[in-house]
Amino acid sequence: MKELTLSTLLAVFEEMFGRALFWSLVAAALLVTLLFVLVLVREHRLESRRFLRAELTAPLGGIAAVAFVFWVTNSGPANIGGPIDWVLLAAIAVAGGGGLVMASYVLLGLLPRCRGERAPAARIEPPSAARSTANFRKAA
Amino acid sequence: MTDVRQSPKLTRRALGALLGGGLVLAAGARPGAAAATTVRSSARIVVVGGGAAGTAIANRLVRRLEGATITLVDARREHLYQPGFSLVGVGLETASYVVVGRTRDWLPAGARLVEEEAAEIDPEARRVTTRGGTRLDYDFLIVATGLELDWAAIEGFSLDLVGKDGIGALYAGPEYAERTARAVRAFAERGGTAIFTRPNTEMKCAGAPLKHTFLVEDIVSTAGKRKSAEIVYCSNSKVLFSVPIVSERVRMLFAERGIRTRYEHVLRAVDPVRRIATFVTPQGPEELGYDYLHVIPPMRAPEVVRNSPLPWADKWKGQHWVEVDPGTLRHRRYPEIFAIGDVAGVPKGKTAASVKWQVPVVEDHLLAQIQGREGREVYNGYTSCPLITRVGKAMLIEFDYKDDLVPSFPGVIAPLEELWISWLMKEIALKPTYRAMLRGLA
Repeated sequence: MKELTLSTLLAVFEEMFGRALFWSLVAAALLVTLLFVLVLVREHRLESRRFLRAELTAPLGGIAAVAFVFWVTNSGPANIGGPIDWVLLAAIAVAGGGGLVMASYVLLGLLPRCRGERAPAARIEPPSAARSTANFRKAA
Repeated sequence: MTDVRQSPKLTRRALGALLGGGLVLAAGARPGAAAATTVRSSARIVVVGGGAAGTAIANRLVRRLEGATITLVDARREHLYQPGFSLVGVGLETASYVVVGRTRDWLPAGARLVEEEAAEIDPEARRVTTRGGTRLDYDFLIVATGLELDWAAIEGFSLDLVGKDGIGALYAGPEYAERTARAVRAFAERGGTAIFTRPNTEMKCAGAPLKHTFLVEDIVSTAGKRKSAEIVYCSNSKVLFSVPIVSERVRMLFAERGIRTRYEHVLRAVDPVRRIATFVTPQGPEELGYDYLHVIPPMRAPEVVRNSPLPWADKWKGQHWVEVDPGTLRHRRYPEIFAIGDVAGVPKGKTAASVKWQVPVVEDHLLAQIQGREGREVYNGYTSCPLITRVGKAMLIEFDYKDDLVPSFPGVIAPLEELWISWLMKEIALKPTYRAMLRGLA
């Protein structure tokens, strides 16, 4: 390979999947990531119970990603030959697992029963916000 | 159990910064953005051959030259992805895998396609004449015809034998590669002796005969029929590959897999009825019985080049490769003529990967000539072969004129190791990279 620039890589990926499919996949991946981040921002934290539940899907995502790659490439675990193969396998598993965790977290966040909050009806406002608003009104 | 606020706050500002950074990165990575300058010229450039080399150079020249007339000559309507033939030849893909659209689909709008066969090249008159009588005068000529397979050189062989009675010939084309797969399947079921050959001439992809051997051995093993099969590789020379370190590695792998080797055996004749292959050896002719025989014929330049003054007079007698400088690919006697790809008379480089490296070199020297400056790029003989050793494993082999290994991913992808990742590159990345190369983008 003469030069592996980003533009070459993108051209190759476009040919691999077709321009529409490739950029749709990129958009889908970005969307899941974005939704994940938005959910985090909206709730101002990582809801640990929900995240734990989401993490349970990680092995499934990892195995599914690896199985999918083996299936579409006519290969199998017996073909793992050297350290780089293990690295690649791990990277695929991590990508599949991580992606599924994020997607699960987002989906669980959309279902009211699974949000993981103990008292979904009552949300306690931080006391400082209410006080400072009251003070402002007083001053004005 | 109480909920404890664990992770840092993800403020809107942080999110905005992340997104902004991502957009900046994405904006900088627009594919195909030409970094090189365009050159004004009214030059007439003729490219004979619309395969990998012809198409790639045409795309690049159209992008770099403003005002030039670029004409490509090729009678074949379909563009064939030849690196895929090995996969079709053992049934891992079908014939449609290697037909990647029409020649004209890959050409840029700024190039003219003459869908006829080139019949004559006259470098003194600087003219190419087609079989249909079209005359194309040129200021620059790029010979990218590819090579010719001389099937007639093997006595008793004809292409309609392919796929029947144990005869394979995956080089002959997509349909023949499919028929070869049928013969391979039949052999895997019945067993017997399989003989693999290669010609005594230069050839395109010297790795393919080895790949076919490895794949058939793997398929027979997977089918549980290895014990009833004997696999024999007949090399035309004293080695298995022109690069010594690779030849040794293949020798070791053959030994591991129980593949027998015969050296200095050149296929001369086939008797398809008695299933006997006759070889020329230093000790005289030798007959070997086969149940499967893979035939690869001698190779040479096409007629239009053979009949011209372009080939080397004193090298590669009988093969007629174009006499070019190994570093610039410019003709040694006619400075306005270049040759790219299989037809070029250079010691290595008859692979698609070599074309990928040769094209920018010719682009540089041709433009340099137009601009009256010295060209800068040099072709170092880069050749690449993902040598498949099993279904699912390959060795990525890359080397140059000096027989040095020149890995693209040093320290990451070991060159002489059978790796899954190298198979993945062949399965997933090679064809898209080839297509990007055709467009002049890779």
